[in-house]
Amino acid sequence: MSERIYVFKLFERFWHWSQAGLIIFLMLTAFDIHGTYTIFGFEKAVAYHTIAAWTLIGLWVFAIFWHFTTGEWKQYIPTTEKVVAMAQYYLFGIFKNAPHPFRLTQLRKHNPLQRLAYLFILVCVGPLLWITGGLYLFYDKWAAWGLGNLPLEWVATGHTVGAFMMLAFLIAHVYLTTAGHTPTAHIKAMITGWEEVD
Amino acid sequence: MSHLITRVALALCCGVWLAASGPTLAEEATPEPKPLKLTTTADHTKFKQLQKTFNSGPEVTKACLECHTEAAGQIHRTKHWKWEYLNPETKQTLGKKTVVNNFCISIASNYASCTSCHVGYGWKDASFDFKSEENVDCLACHDTTGNYKKPPGFAGNPVVKDTEFPPGSGKIVKGIDLTKIAQKVGKTSRDTCGACHFNGGGGDGVKHGDMDTSLAAPTKEVDVHMDAEGLDFTCGTCHSASSHDVAGSRYSPTAQDKAGARVRGKADKGNPATCVACHGNGPHKKEARLNQHATKIACQTCHIPTYARGGVATKLTWDWSTAGKRDKDGKHITLKDAKGRITYESRKGDFTLAENVKPEYVWFNGRVDYTLVTDKIEKSEQRTQINKLGGSASDGKSMIWPMKVFRGSQPYDPVNKTLVTPHTAGNDDTGYWKNLDWDKAITVGMKDSGHPYSGKMEFLKTEMSWPITHMVAPKEKALGCVECHSKDGRLAGIQGIYIPVRDNNRLVDTAGWAIVFLTLLGVFGHGALRIVTSRKH
Repeated sequence: MSERIYVFKLFERFWHWSQAGLIIFLMLTAFDIHGTYTIFGFEKAVAYHTIAAWTLIGLWVFAIFWHFTTGEWKQYIPTTEKVVAMAQYYLFGIFKNAPHPFRLTQLRKHNPLQRLAYLFILVCVGPLLWITGGLYLFYDKWAAWGLGNLPLEWVATGHTVGAFMMLAFLIAHVYLTTAGHTPTAHIKAMITGWEEVD
Repeated sequence: MSHLITRVALALCCGVWLAASGPTLAEEATPEPKPLKLTTTADHTKFKQLQKTFNSGPEVTKACLECHTEAAGQIHRTKHWKWEYLNPETKQTLGKKTVVNNFCISIASNYASCTSCHVGYGWKDASFDFKSEENVDCLACHDTTGNYKKPPGFAGNPVVKDTEFPPGSGKIVKGIDLTKIAQKVGKTSRDTCGACHFNGGGGDGVKHGDMDTSLAAPTKEVDVHMDAEGLDFTCGTCHSASSHDVAGSRYSPTAQDKAGARVRGKADKGNPATCVACHGNGPHKKEARLNQHATKIACQTCHIPTYARGGVATKLTWDWSTAGKRDKDGKHITLKDAKGRITYESRKGDFTLAENVKPEYVWFNGRVDYTLVTDKIEKSEQRTQINKLGGSASDGKSMIWPMKVFRGSQPYDPVNKTLVTPHTAGNDDTGYWKNLDWDKAITVGMKDSGHPYSGKMEFLKTEMSWPITHMVAPKEKALGCVECHSKDGRLAGIQGIYIPVRDNNRLVDTAGWAIVFLTLLGVFGHGALRIVTSRKH
């Protein structure tokens, strides 16, 4: 017996997909800048990366406003409840067709592992990328800001570390979208807003 | 009725006014201003002093000095006259009179040839009178006809009558008409400066690489400022002279100009020939990040992508050690490449030449220490630096500068451990270019420069750096980011700074890709296992 619940509101879905597109484009240009391959070339890749970064910042302003006005920010409060159960499910249960230990509701749309992962991205990877990326963007202002002695190497290396973490997250995240009620249930939910649950 | 009266009155008034103003208009029309807009207030053809036949350079100078009474005295104080320069920082006495290079080496004992580029007449040996006013050559810099020539071998004198030179050679040097030239004097030009500076090192483009005859009337591509159909700068536009002293010196260059753009009225003793002197220190309006680059990178590094861009090749190496070969008839040999450029001469040795050359890059703070003929040199595997450039990433005064590095091998005294000054040019028994005898040439040359020669000679590998600063390209042709932001970019050899991409952290890259790979592996493994196990159920 399955039922459908409305988990992702229109803005949330818009936010998610535009953010996904921007992050993938940022990744693409990032490793072009990094010298891993050449698609646009350093100069254009830097320009596009900068535009995409500013666009993402703009999107985040709306997203943050939305999260606080709707109270949705609470979805990211970490919990230890069922974390072990979730881990056990991904490691063993999923192969035995065991029941999903977490039942999603409108108030708890992320499972405990998701909450932890997203929180990690929000408080660690995100800030690392934004701070180092912002410093990179305003490299010419460092002296005026009293950061004249900040080694560019730290900023550059920090930004690269953040990029690799984001890429690893992206891969795992995309894969885990297939770990729902059916392999496409989570993806459908993120498109239509409606998730099928047991 | 009143209407009619008004009209009549008006007509009368107009008639009277026309009658009165008619002759006045005609009077005003007669003295039209001259249509020609001259850049000078003097037409030298009108001066009595110049309406005569001149038989020598000094005769012209005497005429010039009758009006320009202080000019010779001003020239006497300059490097152009003295060929001597005391570097205030290193305390070395430099200038052409003293330094040794790795092209034609030294002027000692070769005056009559070298001084064809001296702003004077008659410097044929070390006894030249530097106080002589009439021996100042005004025409070298102020000729506007392009006909003024000072052929090598005449000690800086022009040839006024057809003369066989060298004597007995059957070659005739044409005489020039100094009167016509003197009557047409004017401001300096790219041609007058270029007569010597384009031809340094003994030929077109040989020495500098960023200066050759293509700058006489360059395209925008070759030099955005001198562009003959555009901005049309002369040399003097940047190298502005004051009391005949021309600004800008390679002996003590301005590597970093913190003064910003020059403004009239601002107290400033800086060099007016720097880029910053006009463009200031924040010239990039769209990309502020480039201004940050400009705190460490000289403008020239990005804005002169290559030198020798005007179609004239510059010399890159000169190996004197192979000089002296003769053909089977005992005659001098000259070899040329496919483009007709000389690559070997018996009297000079082997050369390599190139166009569109990428500079080499170094940290440079403006300090230059020369290896002089008095300096002891230990021969080693490393090339001896004729001019050693100061600079580092950390001294706060250095910028990354483009250089032409000229490499060669030249005669050296292994006993006294010094460079030597051979007698090369000269129609005599000891000049190397005629007789290919090093021993005689060095003995005579060292006697002239006043330094000891042991009688033994070897060849020493040397290099000399020439800052690249001319041939600034249009901004669209400035270096792209990737020229340096890449693994083996132009700044691959520059130490002490972090350059993104070039200096990507290898550990982070390795660990990062390992994590990405492991994540992928985990994801695919997990997915595969799910597919396999789901089939069982």
